[in-house]
Amino acid sequence: MTTNTASALTIAKAINAGLRRSLENDPKVLVMGEDVGKLGGVFRVTDGLQKDFGEDRIFDTPLAESGIIGTAVGLALRGYRPVCEIQFDGFVFPGYDQLVTQVAKMHFRSGGRLRLPMVVRIPYGGGIGAVEHHSESPEAYFAHTPGLKVVSCANPLDAYWMIQGAIESDDPVIFFEPKRRYYEKAEVDLEDRPDLALHASRVIRTGSDATVVAYGPMIKTCVEAAAAAAEEGRSLEVIDLRTLSPLDLGPVYESVRRTGRLVVVHEAQRTLGIGTEVAASVTEECFYSLEAPVIRVTGYDTPYPPARIEDQYLPDLDRVLDGVDRAMAY
Amino acid sequence: MTVDTAATSTRGAADGDPELVQLLTPEGQRVPHERYDALIDDITADDIREVYRDLVLSRRIDSEAVALQRQGELGLWASMLGQEAAQVGSARALRTQDHVFPTYREHAVAWCRGVDPAQMLGLFRGVDQGSWDPRENNFHLYTIVVGAQTLHATGYAMGIQRDGAIGTGDPNRDAAVIAFFGDGATSQGDVNEAFIWAGVTNAPVVFFCQNNQWAISEPLERQTRVPLYRRAHGFGFPGLRVDGNDVLACLAVTREALQRARDGEGPSLIEAFTYRMGAHTTTDDPTRYRLDTELEHWRLKDPIERVKAYMVRSEMADQGFFDGVEAEADELADRLRSQCRALPEPAPESIFDDVYVDTPPTLLAQRDEMVRYRDSFADEEGAR
Repeated sequence: MTTNTASALTIAKAINAGLRRSLENDPKVLVMGEDVGKLGGVFRVTDGLQKDFGEDRIFDTPLAESGIIGTAVGLALRGYRPVCEIQFDGFVFPGYDQLVTQVAKMHFRSGGRLRLPMVVRIPYGGGIGAVEHHSESPEAYFAHTPGLKVVSCANPLDAYWMIQGAIESDDPVIFFEPKRRYYEKAEVDLEDRPDLALHASRVIRTGSDATVVAYGPMIKTCVEAAAAAAEEGRSLEVIDLRTLSPLDLGPVYESVRRTGRLVVVHEAQRTLGIGTEVAASVTEECFYSLEAPVIRVTGYDTPYPPARIEDQYLPDLDRVLDGVDRAMAY
Repeated sequence: MTVDTAATSTRGAADGDPELVQLLTPEGQRVPHERYDALIDDITADDIREVYRDLVLSRRIDSEAVALQRQGELGLWASMLGQEAAQVGSARALRTQDHVFPTYREHAVAWCRGVDPAQMLGLFRGVDQGSWDPRENNFHLYTIVVGAQTLHATGYAMGIQRDGAIGTGDPNRDAAVIAFFGDGATSQGDVNEAFIWAGVTNAPVVFFCQNNQWAISEPLERQTRVPLYRRAHGFGFPGLRVDGNDVLACLAVTREALQRARDGEGPSLIEAFTYRMGAHTTTDDPTRYRLDTELEHWRLKDPIERVKAYMVRSEMADQGFFDGVEAEADELADRLRSQCRALPEPAPESIFDDVYVDTPPTLLAQRDEMVRYRDSFADEEGAR
C-alpha cells in the first residue's frame, strides 16, 4: 500500500484497489467469475488479483451465470463473502433466477437466521459501440426485487469506497459499474474514507433553477450539462443517487423544495424505470413545491439499438438540457 | 453405439438387475454384494431396529401431515410416501459435520437430522417459510425452486474445500455435502451446472437423486433418454443406481460416496430408484395420469415391509418391538396434531423484519404505514 494516500485512479483501477483492500482485510472475501483470473477480467478490473491472492480466492468459473450466483450462495452460507463478476449487463439473466428466487429471499425465508453477504458486480450501460447484449441497463429489475440492494458508482472515489462498502454489507448487493466511464480518472484518497454511507445519495453540484437527478454513467453527462447551462445563466443542482435500492431521496426532496423542478436522467428504458419511481415519490412528498411535472430523460422503450445509432438512444448533454427546458417552460 | 430406449433402460430396473445395487430384496432377503457388504458390516441388530424406527416414524409424520392438510390445518403437503428408505438410508450415512441441501420432500432426512417434526409443518401451514436453524443440524431449509439447491450445495462444498476440511483423515473434521433432488430436477439447468461445477472443482458433494418416476404428471421419459445415473460419467464423476426402496443399500452407497467426498476424491451421483406412492402434493390427482397397476407393482416393493420381514426372519425383533414402535408413532402423530394447531401466527408487521439485515428507512416507513393503517381500525373499534 502506498504511503502517499492520494492517487490518480481510473474507475476500473479504483475498483481493483478496493477489491484488493477488501481481500487484504478479510480472508473470507473471494472473487469469482468468467475470466477474472489470469486475464484480470475483460475490463481488467480484477487485474493482478489472482497473482497476489491465489487461485483459491480469485477463480475463474465455468461459463454459466446461474452457476456463478448459485455457488456463491453456497459459499456465503459456508461463511465466505464472494464477489461475483458478471461479464456484461446482458449476460446476467441466466443468473437472474438465482438472484430473485434465492439470493433475495434467503434472509427473509430463514427468519433472519441466514445471511448472504455477497456482491454481484455488473459492468453496465452503453456508449461503447458494442454488439447487442453488451450495452444494457437492467438495474430496475433488481431494484424492484425486495431483499437485494442495488448501487451504482459514478466516479473513482466512489468506486473505491463503495465496492468496499458493498463487500462489508451483510445484505446481498448488486454493484453496477458504468463501463463507458471505466477509464475516467480522478484523485482518490486511499485512506481517508468519506463520511458517506453506501446507501446515501449526494448533491454533487449545487444550483437553484432546477434539480437534475442521475446515477452511474449519466452523472458525467449531467455535470457537463449543468456547466453548459451555467454559461447560459441557468443554475442546475445535480444529485448522484449512488444507491438505487434503497433509494435515498431525502436530498432530492430537499432540493426540489428549493428549485420546484426535477429532471431525472438514466440510460435505461423509461417505463417503470428508476426515474418513474423517483417521479412518483417526489410527487407524493413535494407536491406543493413542484412548479412543473417531473421530466424523465431516458433511453426509449425499445431493445438497445445497434451501435451505429446508439447515440440517438442514449441521453446526452443536449437531451438533458432539452429536458430542463421543458421543465422550465411551465 | 446403441442408445437404449427409455422404455427399457430408464424405467426397467428390475430386482436382480446387475446395474441396481440391492442388499435387501423386497421379500426381506439379505443378498450378498461383493462391493457394498463391507460398507455396512458394522451395522448391528440395534442399528437395524433404529433404522426401522426411523422409517416408521417418518412415514407417520408424513401421513399425519397429509391428514392435517385434509382437515384444513395445512395449506399443502408434499408426501414422501414410498421414499422412506432412500431418505433414511442416505441420511443415516451422514456425519454431524456434513451438510444437507434438501428439496421440499425430504421429511425423513429432516427427521434423521433432528429437525423437530412440527417445524417441518410451518412452511405448509403458511406461518413461516422454514423455521429451523439450518446451522443447528446442518440441514438447510427446504428449497421450492426445483434444482436451485444443487448449486448451493456445490458452492458450500467449495467452501469446505477452502476451509481445508477434506482429506485430513480426521473423521471429526473432514466434511461432505449432500444435495437431494428428483428426476424432474435433472432437466434443470441448475442441476447440470452443479454437475459441471462439482466436476471441474472436484467439490466434496454427493448428488442424491430420488428417481421416484414422476414429476407431477410427467413420467421419467419426459426427462431423459438414458438412465439418470449414467449422466454422471459425462460430467466426469462416478454415478450408480441403487434400489431406493432398500434402506441398507442406500446406506451403503451413500456412505461410500460421502467418504469419497470427505477424502477429497470429488463428487458422485447416486440415483435412488424408487417410486412416489402418493400424489405430487395434496393438490394433485395421480389417477388422471397413471395406472393403479403401477402402484400395485411398487406396493410389493415397500421399503418398510422388507425391513420388517428381514428383522423377523433374522430374529432381530419380536412383536413387542414392532408394537412399541407403532405406539411411539401414534404418540408422535398425536403430538404433531396439537403442535400444528399451536404454531404461532406471524404478526403482520413481521414481514418487514428480515427482508434485510440492515433494514432501510424506506422499508421502515412502509412498516409504519401498515401499522398506522391497521391501528386506524383499532381506533374505530375503541370508539364504539
